[in-house]
Amino acid sequence: MPLTDSLRNDILAAVPSLRAFAISLSGNADRADDLVQETLLRALANIDSFQPGSNLPAWLFTILRNLFRSDYRKRRREVEDAEGNYAKTLKTQPSQNAHLEFEEFRTALDKLPQDQREALILVGASGFSYEDAASICGCAVGTIKSRVNRARSKLAALLYVDGAEDFGPDETVRAVIGGSGG
Amino acid sequence: MKDLKSQASKSTTPGKGGLTPEIQSRIGHQLRAMYDDVVRQGVPDRFAELIKKLDAQGGTPQDSANGGSNDNNGRD
Repeated sequence: MPLTDSLRNDILAAVPSLRAFAISLSGNADRADDLVQETLLRALANIDSFQPGSNLPAWLFTILRNLFRSDYRKRRREVEDAEGNYAKTLKTQPSQNAHLEFEEFRTALDKLPQDQREALILVGASGFSYEDAASICGCAVGTIKSRVNRARSKLAALLYVDGAEDFGPDETVRAVIGGSGG
Repeated sequence: MKDLKSQASKSTTPGKGGLTPEIQSRIGHQLRAMYDDVVRQGVPDRFAELIKKLDAQGGTPQDSANGGSNDNNGRD
């Protein structure tokens, strides 16, 4: 369809969440904004292929996600200072404690496999249905569900649970220390 | 998973993937807090101006994005 006033406004209205998605994916504010810009150019160049009445945010997210994936394959995530760059995007600096917790969360999120991270963000933060998320990622609904579940479990293990992973080594270390001390 | 049964209570019953509802909601909360921080920043001038500029050109952007004009996203 042609670019009407209302369609243009709808595209602009989607920009804040496109940026949030891009930053969540890339962990880098500057790169995220370039990604959003490219998405907008791509969307406007292909606006004829947008079906009136269909889900505009989902269409835009699909473009952004595909751009990110092709870019990612080229770069292989060379940017390591994700947290530092991300913090720069915040208008108000969070309190010390909140900031620390925030960085831990951000770091844990970056440790997830990309498939799981994007699924979790789309469903858990962007508020897309499993169906929309599946169409954005080009996979089955069941695949999205399992990715989201695995993402949550992994985050929980990284952030909140002193699980079995820590237990074994800790016990060994304690035994060694205790043994040598006596 | 079986040993968790012994400590299960209303608030700590693990859901899918062995997560308690409490941890699930904590993850959800942090995820949205992170995301909404960016959403609240609104539309940076850069993007508002970009759309305005493209609009003035009749909605057909110059070929400044790498190869954008020949792609057919969503077309079949």
